[in-house]
Amino acid sequence: MPTKVEKDAFTGTDTTGHEWDGIKELNTPLPKWWLYTFYASILFAVVWWVLYPSWPGINGYAKGVLGSNQRLDLDHRMAEAKAAQATYYDRLASASVAEINQDPELLNFALVGGQVAFNENCAGCHALGGAGQSIYPTLADDDWLWGGTLEAIEQTINYGIRNGHEQARFNEMPAFGEILEPAQIEDVTDYVLSLGGTSGNAEAAARGQALFAENCASCHGDDGKGLQDMGAPNLTDPIWLYGSQRPQIVAQIVKPRQGVMPAWSTRLDPATIKLLTVYVHSLGGGQ
Amino acid sequence: MNDLAPAATPAPVPVEDAVSFKQQKDTKLYAERVRIYAKAIKGRFRQIKTAALVGLLAIYYLVPWLRWDRGPGAPDQAVLIDMPSRRAYFFWIEIWPQEIYYLTFLLMLGAFGLFLVTSIGGRVWCGFTCPQTVWTDLFMWVERLIEGDRAARIRLDKSPLTGGKVARKVAKHGAWLLIAAATGGAWIMYFNDAPTVTWNILTGQASFAVYFFCGLFTATTYLLAGWAREQVCTYMCPWPRFQAALLDNESYVVTYESWRGEPRGAHKKGASWDGRGDCVACNQCVAVCPTGIDIRDGLQLECIGCGLCIDACNDVMAKVGRPANLITLDTEANQQRRQRGEAPVMRIVRPRTIIYAVIIAVLGIGILLGLSTRATLDVNVLHDRNPLFVRLSDGGLRNGYTLKILNKDRVAKTFALGIEDLAGATLSVIGHEPAPGQPILLEGRPDTVTSYRLYVTAPAAAVASHQQPIQLSLTDQADQTVARFETVFRGPER
Repeated sequence: MPTKVEKDAFTGTDTTGHEWDGIKELNTPLPKWWLYTFYASILFAVVWWVLYPSWPGINGYAKGVLGSNQRLDLDHRMAEAKAAQATYYDRLASASVAEINQDPELLNFALVGGQVAFNENCAGCHALGGAGQSIYPTLADDDWLWGGTLEAIEQTINYGIRNGHEQARFNEMPAFGEILEPAQIEDVTDYVLSLGGTSGNAEAAARGQALFAENCASCHGDDGKGLQDMGAPNLTDPIWLYGSQRPQIVAQIVKPRQGVMPAWSTRLDPATIKLLTVYVHSLGGGQ
Repeated sequence: MNDLAPAATPAPVPVEDAVSFKQQKDTKLYAERVRIYAKAIKGRFRQIKTAALVGLLAIYYLVPWLRWDRGPGAPDQAVLIDMPSRRAYFFWIEIWPQEIYYLTFLLMLGAFGLFLVTSIGGRVWCGFTCPQTVWTDLFMWVERLIEGDRAARIRLDKSPLTGGKVARKVAKHGAWLLIAAATGGAWIMYFNDAPTVTWNILTGQASFAVYFFCGLFTATTYLLAGWAREQVCTYMCPWPRFQAALLDNESYVVTYESWRGEPRGAHKKGASWDGRGDCVACNQCVAVCPTGIDIRDGLQLECIGCGLCIDACNDVMAKVGRPANLITLDTEANQQRRQRGEAPVMRIVRPRTIIYAVIIAVLGIGILLGLSTRATLDVNVLHDRNPLFVRLSDGGLRNGYTLKILNKDRVAKTFALGIEDLAGATLSVIGHEPAPGQPILLEGRPDTVTSYRLYVTAPAAAVASHQQPIQLSLTDQADQTVARFETVFRGPER
């Protein structure tokens, strides 16, 4: 409790009575209008309560007389954006992916829209930019299991791979662990490694070549370069989905892994699939 | 008896440091506004202030109407900040948003200019050129025109409410609001085409944003120049608070020569001046002060350095026949010299002013150099973050880039894309398939950014480490000038 108001000798202003190292704080009163701005801001808040959603209740909230609703605003703006895109979507619907790829305006729209759709639906497995990861193939390189043309990509996205859809791409590499002897599998592995330019046991590779022609060439081709119609990978390039090391190749021959991809036509509309097709084609490997 | 006998030395009565609460109510929590009725005055400083007012308002109101031909499709307003299309125009200069650093430098130039001027001449900015001062001055002029000078205004405010008083008040506030609306309207014109937006405002076709900002600046002008006035300087503005850091004893500030003014007192005509000061305690200096202070109390926070008190005092000194400039624009050091009977010395060149001037010169030259050598072509090459590189089936490597061509010219340009510093590299751009042996030709659309997807493919052997700096080149097909832009080509860790 201050006992007595003390005046500062120099300025004649009252002090607050607080003192730090001999320096006393002056008690300069705030101007009245400053107080009024405070009242005005209280009034502003009251007006706001009336106009806009504000007070929570038990079963709802005060909605405000202006009927402002940010969720509806969002819906409204999304609808506006959709309407603005509608002209593009109409053109996309009637255009083939090849036509889209030739039309600079549609191509630009597809690259941007396709990226959004890709990041939402595809990047979970194929990674951003189609970089691929783990057992999910890279889409940005020039090596394709099922073909890298616009039509082939669209087909793969539409119906997927080994997912039970009747139009899905399907193949099934037999488990050679049940067909060939372990030693034979080692020989074939040596041959497959030699296809990729890795020198191994030349003698074993020679034995493996005969086994390869007998067991593998029907799908992977006599030269081991694969067959995209069958989804049979090229074994002569340095791109290996399940690994390029000897144990990984052996494992794949003994009991192959069979990757699955969903049929996106059951989830996405045709226009979005076209966007995705053009986008994936643009990632670098499109043929 | 003994028990009741007083002690030999009575204990002192304890004195409490207590005061009745009524006496403690000395301090008010809030200060009442003291109305200031500044009196009109003629003189040298008034002339400077009027010249500044007319000149600055003319610049403010007329500049948006200046035209500058930039060719078809471009705005022809000399000074325009075009928010929707993200461009700022200043006569021959066009600024893109990413060149906002010019504004930073301009603000720095303004700040150091203010420091320099203040360290030389005190608060010249506050007294003559600050918008708050200029518009307050204009509003006071209107007020005097309608309600009369100081004495008439005091009388009017004290008089009972009559038809005449209401008419004067309505006329004054009406005139203020008109000026405020013109001020708000002119502000909008710096952001919109002036003739178009003026027509649209008048015919009710302007956008909500235009009317909103017009109304906002009308309201702030009316409130700040009509009502708040000196309250802005004393309570809102930070500048008075740190002016002390910019002044030294060689800075020219509005000064009362107390050594020859005191002791002050009323003076009868013909009476002797011996044993007294020159100040006749007429308080004219207080009456003309737009912030309502007494300069004879010394340099203070509220003084905006406008010098009107000097004009007022010089009038009085001439009348009583004493030397002019009892209130004067002088330095603290000169005041001491004068007191000692020495001649005053003008010391504008001091370490402080030299440093400020050098900074201003460096900044100014920097801005001029930047603007005069500003490239009309810029390219942003953004290396893909994912994937950093792709291994191809022939063992080669490929990197993806987003190539953005910023063509700051108003004509479309065609560039041939090339690459340097990467052996065996090939380029491909999505949507562009040149004939074999022909370079990739990219269009840079006029006055905008054109984006391309670029792939660079190179044999693995071409990349020495996991990251190699490379250069992309764009050759303008019109004049064969080559612009080069650096980026990197990435490969696996080695």
